[in-house]
Amino acid sequence: MSDITLNPAVAAVPDAAPRSAPMAQIGLVGWLRRNLFSSWLSTAVTLALAYLLIRWAVGFVEWGIVNAIWVVPNNQTQACRDLAGAGACWAVITEKHRFILFGTYPFEQHWRPALVCVLFVGLYVISAMRRFWRWELALIWVATLTVIGVLMWGGVFGLPYVPQERWGGLPITLILATFGLAFAFPLAILVALGRRSKLPAIKVLCILYVELIRGVPLISLLFMASVMFPLFLPEGMNIDKLLRAQIAIILFAGAYLAEVVRGGLQALPRGQYEAADALGLSYWQKTGFIILPQALRLVIPPLVNTFIGFFKDTSLVLIIGIFDLLTAGKTAIIEPAWQGFGVEVYITIGAIYFVFCFAMSKYSQGLEADLNRHRRR
Amino acid sequence: MGETLELDHVASAARTDAPPAITLDRVNKWFGALHVLRDVSLQVAQGERVVVCGPSGSGKSTLIRCINRLETHQEGRIIVDDIELTDDIKALDAIRREVGMVFQSFNLFPHLTVLDNCTLAPIWVRRMPKAEAETLAMHYLERVKIPEQARKFPGQLSGGQQQRVAIARALCMKPKIMLFDEPTSALDPEMIKEVLDTMIGLAADGMTMICVTHEMGFARTVADRVVFMDRGEIVELGTPAEMFEHPKTDRLRLFLSQILRGH
Repeated sequence: MSDITLNPAVAAVPDAAPRSAPMAQIGLVGWLRRNLFSSWLSTAVTLALAYLLIRWAVGFVEWGIVNAIWVVPNNQTQACRDLAGAGACWAVITEKHRFILFGTYPFEQHWRPALVCVLFVGLYVISAMRRFWRWELALIWVATLTVIGVLMWGGVFGLPYVPQERWGGLPITLILATFGLAFAFPLAILVALGRRSKLPAIKVLCILYVELIRGVPLISLLFMASVMFPLFLPEGMNIDKLLRAQIAIILFAGAYLAEVVRGGLQALPRGQYEAADALGLSYWQKTGFIILPQALRLVIPPLVNTFIGFFKDTSLVLIIGIFDLLTAGKTAIIEPAWQGFGVEVYITIGAIYFVFCFAMSKYSQGLEADLNRHRRR
Repeated sequence: MGETLELDHVASAARTDAPPAITLDRVNKWFGALHVLRDVSLQVAQGERVVVCGPSGSGKSTLIRCINRLETHQEGRIIVDDIELTDDIKALDAIRREVGMVFQSFNLFPHLTVLDNCTLAPIWVRRMPKAEAETLAMHYLERVKIPEQARKFPGQLSGGQQQRVAIARALCMKPKIMLFDEPTSALDPEMIKEVLDTMIGLAADGMTMICVTHEMGFARTVADRVVFMDRGEIVELGTPAEMFEHPKTDRLRLFLSQILRGH
């Protein structure tokens, strides 16, 4: 009847402890064997790559740490130049870090933009925690952004007034990115919903907006905002240059994000809309409780992709003369004494951008796993 | 079909003295050039159970989807619970509150727990306090025999359990009329019975029901009347006994022979 023969020894001891897999196949040894040394070819490639990696790492440590010069007295950069590339001249960062971070903001007032950066980071951290996701969060945002405005401009509470032309560095980057995405994201949701509207006027308007904005480069939009736009304003009226650039970024990011959100809306099965309709939910209830929560979860990866892209694209404002982090770094090494130390400055600026972008990336991975719990079985 | 066949017919709750729950008067509908409903007229009394059957593409799903306006009809009148279906949004909202619907593919909200699926509409459409909505939801989840799954997500449930949640979700709105659009067609055979039993229980309580289904056993047990549709029109209409024992038209005879062979 059956080909299965019982092993009497096992049958006698039905609860024999389960044996673990052979040591050579699990754990670190097993992993190494499977992935790095599975054949002669892969062993050769592993060894070659390991050699290159170690050489490069050793070289970097020698250049960046062992041979590096950290401080020079009174802009005397001869010591750095004598290294002739054998070591990094971090002295440029030591000397210029305040200028890179805060641009031409009055030196003795630097604590204000520094505090602004801390406030921004605090705002990000609080907003990232799901436990704070309720309507009070909007109040926290408004309050924090008001404090940030007061700190940057001053002119009240005994803080000296600092005109916007003198702002610069990291606060500018954070302002452009934070306001840009905070306004662009809701705008994008409305536009994405509008593109699927049954009302032809709204639909056409949203399509026109997306296609027109997407059809031009961000740089040309920034140029328009900085050069052309003032020409259309009445005599004597002037809108802050930073605000104009900010609006250009919001409109541009909004168009891109709208298409990402629309992708999520398209991916939802029609049955979800029908079930919500059949229960008698209104359009906004259906959208808010059923459609958007699901659609946005689906598009977290491309959404964060676009967010990260725009965080870095704020650096394009350098072409209209706004002093963001990158521009400040570029300007810091114009001084003859410090010319030629761009690598050190750009590595530092790159590291700052990386910290923010990598944090966004890691956070989105966690959020995705957390929000998609319901899909696990 | 087997087991439900042997059940006695559930006593009818149809009240012919009261105004009809649903009236369709020469309803016509087209999908582009395709004429999907042709002069469909039908009255459903309060408490009456109507089973709609017919070959695929005969317009039976379209018919019941017109009743809560998931599809719009182009000619004729549809009156539900004394309200005529027009473009008037207020009237539509009023009708959708009173008409529950169960879909072939369940259409539960996957990002909400079973309990939240059931309480969402009562809280936001009926403006019911949360605690009251949850008590009500647990009551109906007990009726469909899955109260222990209330905290789970729909994706963690079997097909039959999901469909029972969908029924409970619709019932939480306390509808006067329930529409079922092939509720067992997407289910594995062993789960069909648990869903049909739930629906039979509902019928015994006197709910007005229109059910599109191929489950002839269910039709015999529950239906007051059976509607046979083909190519967008009502071909034959009568009690299950009349329809199944003595079909008058060749089209129904052909359909029945195909259905029975299929099972």
